[in-house]
Amino acid sequence: MNPAQQSKIGAWIAFILGALYFIVPLIGTFEFSLRLKRDEYSFEAYRVVLTDPNFLSSFGYSTLMALITIVIGVVLVVPTAYWIQLRLPKLRPLVEFITLLPLVMPAIIIVFGYLRLYNSSSWIPLTANARSTDLLLAFSYVTLALPYMYRAVETGMRAIDVRTLTEAGEILGAGMPTILMKVIFPNVRVAILSGAFLTFAIVIGEFTMASLLNRPAFGPYLQLIGANRAYEPSALAIIAFLVTWACMGLINVVGSAKQTKRA
Amino acid sequence: MAFLQISDVRKQFAQNVVVKGFDLGIEQGEFISLLGPSGCGKTTVLRMVAGFEDPTAGRIIIDGKDVTPLRPNQRNVGMVFQAYALFPNMTVADNVAFGLKVAKRPDAEIKARVAEMLEMIKLPHLADRYPYQCSGGQQQRVALARALAHKPKVLLLDEPLSALDAKIRVSLREEIRALQRELGITTIFVTHDQEEALSMSDRIVVMNEGRVDQVGSPFEIYNNPATKFVASFVGTLSILKGKVLDPSARRIQIGQHEIVAGRGAINARPGEECTIALRPEAAKLANGQALNGHNKVGGTIEDVHFLGSVVRIKVRVQDNAIALDTFNDPSAVPPERGAPVTVSFTPADVLVLEGA
Repeated sequence: MNPAQQSKIGAWIAFILGALYFIVPLIGTFEFSLRLKRDEYSFEAYRVVLTDPNFLSSFGYSTLMALITIVIGVVLVVPTAYWIQLRLPKLRPLVEFITLLPLVMPAIIIVFGYLRLYNSSSWIPLTANARSTDLLLAFSYVTLALPYMYRAVETGMRAIDVRTLTEAGEILGAGMPTILMKVIFPNVRVAILSGAFLTFAIVIGEFTMASLLNRPAFGPYLQLIGANRAYEPSALAIIAFLVTWACMGLINVVGSAKQTKRA
Repeated sequence: MAFLQISDVRKQFAQNVVVKGFDLGIEQGEFISLLGPSGCGKTTVLRMVAGFEDPTAGRIIIDGKDVTPLRPNQRNVGMVFQAYALFPNMTVADNVAFGLKVAKRPDAEIKARVAEMLEMIKLPHLADRYPYQCSGGQQQRVALARALAHKPKVLLLDEPLSALDAKIRVSLREEIRALQRELGITTIFVTHDQEEALSMSDRIVVMNEGRVDQVGSPFEIYNNPATKFVASFVGTLSILKGKVLDPSARRIQIGQHEIVAGRGAINARPGEECTIALRPEAAKLANGQALNGHNKVGGTIEDVHFLGSVVRIKVRVQDNAIALDTFNDPSAVPPERGAPVTVSFTPADVLVLEGA
C-alpha cells in the first residue's frame, strides 16, 4: 500500500469516527423518541408535542422574536460593515473584537447586566412590562447573534468591490441611501440571508435570556418539558434539530442558486 | 478660461505629497491623456476631478462652475473604471438606465435613451443580460454607455482598457475615440500605456512624481520630449553618453566617433559630458556606406530581437548601446550577433537632452 492510499484510508477513518460521534447520539435520541407506546415504535411523542398549545405558542413567540432580531440585526450590521469597509478600514479590528465579545461572554452575564441596567426602578425600565421586556429580549438576541450576522455580512461585502461600486453609483448621481438600497443590499443578499438563518437557529433554541427575563419562548418550554416528561423532550430535540438544519439547508440552497446563476 | 480648468491643484496624504501643483486647461471636446508610471499621481488627479478625493489646495472648474467643494453626485461627470464596476444585480439595460433613474427622468425618456446608448455601443441584443454573462470587452462598452447615458459634461476614463486582452484593447480604443469625437465630449483618459495615449489623444500630459513634465500633442511629445524622463518614458529610446567637442558647431564625441546633434540645447562646455537620445526607427544599418551629411558610428551587433513586422537590433558602440528597428524582410537574413556594423542617422534625429 503506497503512502497516498494510506493517507486516504486515514482520512476515511477520521471522517467515519467524526460522523459517528455526531450521528450515534442523534439516532439514539430519535429511537428513544419513538418509544412512547410500549412494545412498538410510534410518532406518539411527536403528536403529543405538536398538539400541545404551549408548543405552538412558544414556537410562534420565538419565531416572531427571531424575525424582529433579524430585522434589527440587519439594520444595525449592514450599514456598519459597509461603512467600515468603505471609509473606516482602520476600525475593522476593533469592530471585529466587539462583535466577537458575545462568543466569549456567557449569556448569563449579559442578561444579569441587562437586569441591573434596565430593571423596573432604573432610568430605562425596560423590564417594567411585557412588551418592553420583549424588546429587551430582542436586543439581547441581536447581541448574541452579532458574531454570526456581522461575519456573514462582512464576508459578503469583501466578496464585492464595495468601494468601486459605491463610486460608480455616486458618479451617476446617486446618494448614499440609494446606493445602499439599490446596489449594496442586493449584492450582499445571500450573505444577509446566511446571517439571518443563523440568527433564526440561535434564537429558536435560546434558553438563558428568555428564561431569566421570564418570557414564554421555545427554549424555556424545551427545558420545562425536559424536566417533566420522558419521551417528548427527545421528540422536541429532534424537531429543534430539524428546524436548525432546515435553516442551514436554506442557506446552502439560496447560496448555490446564486452561484449557479453567476456561473 | 478653458472648459475644464484644473488650477494649481495639490494633494497630500499624511506626509506624502502625491500631486504637486497640477495646472491644466482642457478645451471643450478635447481628448486629454494623463500618462505616467504607477504612482505618478495621474489617477489621483482624475479622482479629484471626479470628486472622490478632495484637493489639499487648488480649484477645479467645469464649464465656469467651481466644483471643488461639490460631491461626486453633484458634478455631472461620467466615469469608466478599470474594473468595469457594473452593478452585478442589474441587467445591462438597468445598468445603463441607473443614472437616468436616479435623476428621475420620465420612463419613456429612459427607455429611449437606453436603447440609443445600447445601439451606440452595438450591443442592443445584450440588454437583458447580466454583467457576468458578458465578456470583458462587452462589459467595458456597457460601462461606457452607462457613463454617457446621463449626458455628463466631462467623461473620465480610468485605465479602462488595462483589464482587456491585447486585440480587444486596440479595437476598443478606436471605438472609444470614435464615440468621443462623435459626441464631442470633453474627456480625460488615464493610462500608463504610451501607445494608447499616443494613438487616442489630442494632447498628452506626461506626469512624473506628482508633477507635469510635458503637455503636448502626441507628435510633439514623441518627437520633441522636453525632459529626459519624457524621452525615456514615451517610446523606445537609446540614451547615449557623449562628450561635447564644439557646442557652436553642435559636435559631440560618442566613443571614438564624432557626430553632429541637430536638436536640443547644448549647455555644456567643450570637454564636458552630455546625454543624447536617438529613436530606434531613426537609426539604420549603413554597411559602411552612410549618406553624405549623416552621422556614422561603428559597432558590433549585441542582440537581435524578432518582433514580427519589425526586427530590433542592438548595436554595442563601446560604452553605449544603440537600438535600431528595421522592417522584417523575409528575403534578408538578420545579422549575426558579434558582426561588425556601421549605424547611420541624420543630425536632425539626434536630440540633446535637457539636464543631462
